[in-house]
Amino acid sequence: MLGARTVGRQTPEADVTAFLQLLISGVSLGCIYALIALGFVLIYKATETVNFAQGELMMLGAFAGLALMEIAQLPFIVAAVLALAAMVALGVLLERVVIRPILGQPQFTVVMLTIGIGFVARGLMTMVPNYGSDTHALPVPYKGQIWNLGALVISVEQVVVIVVTVVLCALLYAMFSFSRVGIAMQAASQNQLAAYYMGIPVQRLNGLVWGLSAGVATIAGLLLAPFTFVHVNMGFIGLKAFPAAVVGGFGSLPGAIVGGLIIGVIEAMAGFYLPEGFKDIAAYVVVLVMLVIKPNGLFGGSTRKKV
Amino acid sequence: MRFLFKTDYDQDIRLVKHGGQAFWYGLLMVVLLIAPWGVGDYWMTQLSFILIYSIAGLGLMVLAGFTGLASLGHAAFLGVGAYTQAYLLSHGWPFVLALPAAAALAAMVGVVVGLPALRVKGIYLAIATLAFGFIVEEVMARWESVTGGNSGRSVPGVSIFGWEVGSGVGFYYVCLVVCTLATLGVLNLLRSGTGRAFIAIRDSEISAQSMGIPLARTKTLAFAISAALTGAAGALYAHKLAFISPDQFSALQSIELLLIVVVGGVGSVHGAFLGAIFLIALPQLIAVSKDFLPPVIGQASGLQALIYGAVLVGIVLFEPMGLYGRWLKMRTYLQLFPFYRRGMFKRQKAFAKSERVR
Repeated sequence: MLGARTVGRQTPEADVTAFLQLLISGVSLGCIYALIALGFVLIYKATETVNFAQGELMMLGAFAGLALMEIAQLPFIVAAVLALAAMVALGVLLERVVIRPILGQPQFTVVMLTIGIGFVARGLMTMVPNYGSDTHALPVPYKGQIWNLGALVISVEQVVVIVVTVVLCALLYAMFSFSRVGIAMQAASQNQLAAYYMGIPVQRLNGLVWGLSAGVATIAGLLLAPFTFVHVNMGFIGLKAFPAAVVGGFGSLPGAIVGGLIIGVIEAMAGFYLPEGFKDIAAYVVVLVMLVIKPNGLFGGSTRKKV
Repeated sequence: MRFLFKTDYDQDIRLVKHGGQAFWYGLLMVVLLIAPWGVGDYWMTQLSFILIYSIAGLGLMVLAGFTGLASLGHAAFLGVGAYTQAYLLSHGWPFVLALPAAAALAAMVGVVVGLPALRVKGIYLAIATLAFGFIVEEVMARWESVTGGNSGRSVPGVSIFGWEVGSGVGFYYVCLVVCTLATLGVLNLLRSGTGRAFIAIRDSEISAQSMGIPLARTKTLAFAISAALTGAAGALYAHKLAFISPDQFSALQSIELLLIVVVGGVGSVHGAFLGAIFLIALPQLIAVSKDFLPPVIGQASGLQALIYGAVLVGIVLFEPMGLYGRWLKMRTYLQLFPFYRRGMFKRQKAFAKSERVR
């Protein structure tokens, strides 16, 4: 995702245009980070496990969409919906089979488990004959289109990312605030024991949260595919979404969104205004600074641990 | 079944607790010393790698296993040690000075990493170390005057007081000496007050604080010692590879180090060695078994990642105490012969204890 570079004239308008171009590019990249970070935070809030395989779930979702579009020859929307359904089911299955047995173990082992799941997903995908080890382009209907807004050149893919993220966040907010399932999820993530007392099926909800998280990852993957193409290592972007979740505060859903946007914009700006090489580590420098200044993130509350 | 009748505090803290241990560990040392006469060059290389990864595993074990501070960016210390060694040696420093210097520099870097660590816990620490690992890797790639950038740099050979060590049997003995010193160091650390402070921090930070352990200083010390051990391993690693580049110290290498610790058994010194043996043996096993698998599976490039992941998932699900834990269970079974009960090592099933308290 490249920001525009002004060549030749250095008029103030050109600078402003370049800045706006970078901003849009950064915001759309930030939306991808935000979606992946949203997946992390959902799982962390519900089960206090950190899912290091979120990037791999995104990769699997993108491959699922690709397979449905190329092999089954389905139109984009249908393929996206089916891929979403399949990944939600995978998320629920993953929780049931792998995560539930290790409830109660120290966080370090859970982290290692999810890293292992990521490796398995990557390895399995690479082993799919003729398909897994190549880089594919996802044939989205809006591919390559651009809009010209005055001097700005905006690619439709970036706009789609931003719009879909906003819509998804609105839907999730509505679900968590107004629907029974959402409120039950909130209850289970705040205090599991009390939720059990109230008759909330906590374990089933945990599975549902994993499914939801996998679904969000799939949407992120399908949105990201036009930019980075679909390949086995596309999940490594998930590693940059960790700083996004930390900057926003690991227990906060709006924090994940804000954190993602911040990281995306800073990365785009760093790519243009700072010397070479800073772009890749900008996100990590931000997270280290954040951890020194405000360890619980922007929106995370202060926590105290019982002895 | 061996009963140890202790009459003396010294017996509690002795390194070698009883005659059986003396015999077996003595035998191990003898076998390691005479190994070069029995095995070929290839296995000598593998043994050297096992020793190097054991030292690095010991470093991570001190941090993650004994102090409970997860670190996902430990390859950074490996890289710092490696590049320091390469740089110092190419500027004429002798090996016996360069190795401690590499360890010391890695320790200082560890302190730098540890400082933000004092304020954050659990997952935040893991992400901070991950971020730090990425930053160090990028710095190693960009700081071309010292590290040669992405094209890497070659490492001069080892020479100790005029003895040109070479990279075969001589280097194996150098690794063996360093590894033995590191192991003795860690064992002594664990039976000292500092080591017990580390374990106290792992078990409960607030309790440790109420017992008078200065949390900030002890955690920083843990980072420093861990980084020093890993830096020393990195220096030896640089010599072994003879040519180092930044992509050898990436996040994937950090995860391999974590694999050593988790598969070996978190919280035990034996675990570092068992994990290192596992890490080196696994690619060999995969290479051997490729002939027996159908080409679809055997020739795929993702097979190693798949096996690593499956082993990690399997260990966490079925044998959380790692390979050393499995050995403990087998040994207890044999020691207690007819009286071993199935649930002897079973963890009490806890509900998810929340790290945050509202």
